[in-house]
Amino acid sequence: MVLGNYKNCVSARAADPAILTASQDGGIVTQLFAFALEEGIIDGAIVAGQGDEPFKPEPVVATTVAELMEARGTRYTICPNVSMIKEATRSYGLDKVGIVGTPCQIQAVRKAQLYPMGMRSVPDKIALAIGIFCMENFPYQGLETMVEDLCNVKMENAVKMDIGKGKFSVYTERGAVSQIPLKLTHKFEQGGCHVCLDYVANLADVSTGSVGSPDGWSTVFTRTKAGETIWGKAIEAGYFETKPIADVKPGLDLVTKLATEKITKNQKTLEGRATFGVDKGLRNPYI
Amino acid sequence: MGLLSRLKEIFTGNKPEEPEAAPGPTTVPEPAKAPEPVTVPDARPEAKPAVKPGDVKVEKKPEIEETEEKPVAEKITIGHVHMSGCTGCLVSLADNYEGLFTLLDNYADLNYCLTLADVRDIPKMDVALVEGSVCLNDHHSVEDIKKARENATVVVALGGCAAYGNITRFCRGGQWNQPQHESYVPIGDLINVDVYLPGCPPSKEAIRNVAVMAYLLLRGSDEQKELAAAYLKPLMDLAQRGVEACGCDLMVDVINQSLCMGCGTCVAACPVRAITMEYGKPNIERDMCIKCGVCYAQCPRSFFNFDVMNQFEAIGEAINAAMGKGDE
Ligand SMILES: Cc1cc2nc3c(=O)[nH]c(=O)nc-3n(C[C@H](O)[C@H](O)[C@H](O)COP(=O)(O)OP(=O)(O)OC[C@H]3O[C@@H](n4cnc5c(N)ncnc54)[C@H](O)[C@@H]3O)c2cc1C
Ligand code: SF4
Ligand code: SF4
Ligand code: SF4
Repeated sequence: MVLGNYKNCVSARAADPAILTASQDGGIVTQLFAFALEEGIIDGAIVAGQGDEPFKPEPVVATTVAELMEARGTRYTICPNVSMIKEATRSYGLDKVGIVGTPCQIQAVRKAQLYPMGMRSVPDKIALAIGIFCMENFPYQGLETMVEDLCNVKMENAVKMDIGKGKFSVYTERGAVSQIPLKLTHKFEQGGCHVCLDYVANLADVSTGSVGSPDGWSTVFTRTKAGETIWGKAIEAGYFETKPIADVKPGLDLVTKLATEKITKNQKTLEGRATFGVDKGLRNPYI
Repeated sequence: MGLLSRLKEIFTGNKPEEPEAAPGPTTVPEPAKAPEPVTVPDARPEAKPAVKPGDVKVEKKPEIEETEEKPVAEKITIGHVHMSGCTGCLVSLADNYEGLFTLLDNYADLNYCLTLADVRDIPKMDVALVEGSVCLNDHHSVEDIKKARENATVVVALGGCAAYGNITRFCRGGQWNQPQHESYVPIGDLINVDVYLPGCPPSKEAIRNVAVMAYLLLRGSDEQKELAAAYLKPLMDLAQRGVEACGCDLMVDVINQSLCMGCGTCVAACPVRAITMEYGKPNIERDMCIKCGVCYAQCPRSFFNFDVMNQFEAIGEAINAAMGKGDE
């Protein structure tokens, strides 16, 4: 169950080469939203737009493919996408909302649908929730320290950041790559991530990440009826290239391994919280 | 699971330890533990022991078979008890439009509601939806809330005022016709409350979901009862957590507890836009906060029950089916 319920899993990448020029991995998120927008499956999508500072995203409601393109790529810092969810239906008047988010953000979306106490007009309007795999996230100042102090790259000179193969990598405009062992980044993680029990966005309609697939490709899970239907239509319309997940290296085994590691570690943290002080514990949100 | 067994006890009228007394078909699988009495703690609950969430293990999934036609005799009775509130919660219920008629046609008789039904005295009812706080300077209000507790099997604090006092906490008296009315308390200060549904107002969809779940709990199959009990449990826990709420709860019980991960849900939930994100965490404009409590209730790190959340798709479908689909 560490990978959650899913209907199908493939390795895939966007068919549109323009998307791949600046997408993080296989451009799954941007391509699938673009397809859904063109087909009228969604009226808009909440994505991590460019903020005022480099690699400091701000949630935006994208209603055009151009806006989706602007938001491509991973920013390893907090982008409170769910903060726009009521705005999207109430102020923007969207009837069919798309949203991308880390597993915790997708959890928030599902809670907003099942227990919508302060979420008027939200529950019935989520048309496509895309989850992105996530091991941990960093506050902006943490990311800045990692990039500027540890990797020696100015934030404004970075064009891409990536986590993989045990390293945090920063790519610069001029083609240089600066890397540090992932171990050095752990102390900058936000504390809230240490109780997180979801790696592959188990509650999304479709969830995706790089792990498991070759470079430039993504691992994609379809999880709900809606997710399965939309993904199926996109494949039929030729929006993605796919390969069976069993045929690619390193494949699902690595996804399972990392998911298990994350959940086991954080489960321990949760248990430790119960006896954190002397005869006093910290709160457990899952009970 | 003291609350859960208490919940089942309320609805089946059975003490969990004597299942034989129950008529066969309505018996709910009994937990081994005796029910704990529902008590309202006057302090914040202490940290609870860690429990494995359903996420990492395969849990059994109650099947939700939707019941399309049901005889009118099987309806539950719901009353709307109006204390000192603005009627916004009732308007939110009515906002379900056709959905409200579906609810009233198939699932519930509204047997008390000063605004919509011509009944003066609070009758016996399965579920009392109480809107508003209690004015201590108005003896009618005090009598009514006691009567509601006496006559209702389940008391739901509908909305921020009933649950936490909300905007009525700020009252200083001086209204034209009753200038002496100045002391308002959440209903939990005077009676035991079973379920909290915060919000200013709670969304129409939240009220719909709770109404459908209350119906399933009372009239559903065993599996439906189990699901509904699991669904309602966090809202019962909220009722035990205390009668005070503020945006500060996010600071005290989420951020300070190292649980916030910056999703921004609280920002969206706040009815007065008192919350912004600073350094990836919510910041509360405390002068704007009306103390409705919904930011904390909506936060995925206040409660997140995997046993229910993992079934979000099936539950969503069941609610849609119950409402005859297009209730929007
Ligand atoms: C904090 C973080 C940690 C991650 N950890 C892993 C991991 O351990 N393993 C793994 O396989 N994948 C991880 N990912 C996901 C991965 O980096 C890619 O985002 C994912 O594969 C999608 O790539 P794509 O090419 O399909 O999407 P693209 O087409 O490039 O689109 C990416 C989408 O994600 C949105 N986005 C970017 N940053 C954020 C953010 N901070 N919060 C919310 N939305 C955002 C963008 O707006 C855009 O819409 C992580 C992502 C984040 C944000
Ligand atoms: S690790 Fe978990 S809590 Fe942290 S950002 Fe990722 S999904 Fe959210
Ligand atoms: S809803 Fe909770 S976890 Fe999300 S940003 Fe607000 S306080 Fe943090
Ligand atoms: S901050 Fe907003 S949502 Fe939270 S209690 Fe105050 S008014 Fe309610």
